[in-house]
Amino acid sequence: MSAVTPIDLPIDTKTKKQLARGEKALERSLVRNTKNKLTSKGATTAAIIIAILWTTPTLGLLITSFRPPELINTSGWWTIFTNPGFTISNYQAVLGGEATTVSLGQAFINSIAITIPASIFPLVIASLAAYAFAWIPFKGRNILFIGVFALQVVPIQMALVPLLSLFSRGLKIGGVEVFDGLGAGGNSYGQIWIAHTIFALPLAIFLLHNFISEIPHELIEAARVDGAGHGQTFFRIVLPLAMPAIASFAIFQFLWVWNDLLVALVFADGAVGPITKVLREITGNRGQDWYLLTAGAFVAMIVPLIVFFALQRFFVRGLLAGSTKG
Amino acid sequence: MSGFLKWLATLPPFAQIPLVLIAFVAVAGLLIFFIEIAPRSGRLYTVIRLLVCVLAPVAIFFALGSIWAAAIAAAVLGAVFFLLDYRSKQGAGYLFQLIGFLSPAVVLLIIGLVYPTIATFFKAFMNSRGSRFVGFDNFVFVFGQEANRVAILNTIIWVLVVPAFSTVAGLAYAVFVDKARGEKLLKALVFMPMAISFVGASIIWKFVYDANQAGQPQIGLLNGIITFFGGQPVDFINVAPWNNLFLMVILIWVQTGFAMVVLSAAIKGVPAEQMEAAQLDGTNAWQRFVNVTVPGIRSSLIVVLTTISIASLKVFDIVQTMTGGANGTNVLANAVYAQKLEEGRASAFAVILFILVLPIIIFNVRQMRLQKEIR
Repeated sequence: MSAVTPIDLPIDTKTKKQLARGEKALERSLVRNTKNKLTSKGATTAAIIIAILWTTPTLGLLITSFRPPELINTSGWWTIFTNPGFTISNYQAVLGGEATTVSLGQAFINSIAITIPASIFPLVIASLAAYAFAWIPFKGRNILFIGVFALQVVPIQMALVPLLSLFSRGLKIGGVEVFDGLGAGGNSYGQIWIAHTIFALPLAIFLLHNFISEIPHELIEAARVDGAGHGQTFFRIVLPLAMPAIASFAIFQFLWVWNDLLVALVFADGAVGPITKVLREITGNRGQDWYLLTAGAFVAMIVPLIVFFALQRFFVRGLLAGSTKG
Repeated sequence: MSGFLKWLATLPPFAQIPLVLIAFVAVAGLLIFFIEIAPRSGRLYTVIRLLVCVLAPVAIFFALGSIWAAAIAAAVLGAVFFLLDYRSKQGAGYLFQLIGFLSPAVVLLIIGLVYPTIATFFKAFMNSRGSRFVGFDNFVFVFGQEANRVAILNTIIWVLVVPAFSTVAGLAYAVFVDKARGEKLLKALVFMPMAISFVGASIIWKFVYDANQAGQPQIGLLNGIITFFGGQPVDFINVAPWNNLFLMVILIWVQTGFAMVVLSAAIKGVPAEQMEAAQLDGTNAWQRFVNVTVPGIRSSLIVVLTTISIASLKVFDIVQTMTGGANGTNVLANAVYAQKLEEGRASAFAVILFILVLPIIIFNVRQMRLQKEIR
């Protein structure tokens, strides 16, 4: 669970159209930098004040992370001009593993190793399922789809304890061992890859289905007539056409997994702990050592912020993905 | 598979990523290939289908380190499935394709969400080791202790406060920014917290709330301001019950960006003619906002409120990072984690959380069925 959530609820067609229209107007105004827009000084001032309020806490953290520890503890960051000082030793300390069992540098690598596969697995599996829900008629299709949809609101807290024991102890039915656990132990990413994949599926299926089901009927029919089976139709027609939706969901899934704490606390033991888990550890053990906390927090934030600023347009589109066609 | 994962774990992380991806893509590609050739007629294809039906379950069970009996049972089921598929009304290979597309997702969902959710319901009525039925003892524990009642109450307060404030703030900002210069930059600044993890956001705000003893220099921004005006420093995150509000500020800070983006798109989607008509009628800006804009974006408002409500119900990271649930700030999602060694109690907390989410699930499923009927 992380901060970013696209609209993942069923929306009626009227609202869908409204949001799509608004999004288009928005993109148009961004492209053309319209000068004929009615601007008001009052509104601009109010917006700037709120924007400053919203940004100041992050700015304080960023400035503090570059100040020497003794200055951090004796003066507020807003006095940077009267108490100047600059250092990168905070970053060296926290990346080198001061205060934690796993160094933040190692945790950063862990986060990458967890996030990339855990973003790709659910996308492939979900697009397969979304295709079946959209283009293969079968009995009970609506019921099953609604069931999958309902699963996404179920708190993952419901699933944590039994899933963990399934991973570590396997499954026994009436004393007969059906399979033993993954047994991959503390240094494998296996558990956390699978856990993230499963937890992402309901939302991924729902969002991709919204998109895939709106591909024009004629295209699918034409492929059928040309002799393509479902496998080829999926791989050569649907996947390329659904790329915008898949890409925007990939961004979200990347951010969720990168920013996740709960799944990491339960499924990533010891040496494979991602950056959020290690940060949590520093907050617990060294909660007053601001030179470690501020630098550590910024290291954790840098990747999502780059993704966010580089892909902002896809991000906003993806956010409205439940409502608009990519 | 456990052997593969064990071997993989011995490699450096950056070697693991491509290897596991190649293995995954190979399996997925094979699956799509078999789906493609499934409906073709002819003896060769029928034999391939039969082999896949029988051998795939065996391979999967074997990969999971299962015993032979289970794998053989699975193979027999696979053969039965082949016969069903062979005699299917929609033609041989139809069921094979359907199952091929759906089974990876459905099997994973059953293993990872359906089964655990049901198991949690049962565990809520068992003792901590899951070996003995204890009736409602776990729920008696949950409702019997003051600290646990506080956690439930706090969760409810989070759901009432956070969606309301974030939506109002997001709506106000969307309206202002609609008429402001530099819309793109201003939006990005308020939207940015959404990219930051809750852990990162918590540390940012922990620093804002930081308090030193009176007389010493304050390094937390809020106490810096308070002492500048001659006040006494306040230990924001330790003073119950107000500390809950200060934790909620963090989620509001994050979710306002979400509300703003959705509502801003909705506002821009309100037909311009309506606004112009209202303008011709001589209404002022506030009247237009209340009588044209707000009714026009009503359903978007509901979507935003619902989405943020779900996020507030499940809030965990913020409480865990800021206080760990101490000083009267506990919430249900954190209680589940804190009790994880006492499986019965943790499950009871999870069940209560589930019951609180249930109305939202029911509401949305009904919405969805309505839409399916319209289509």
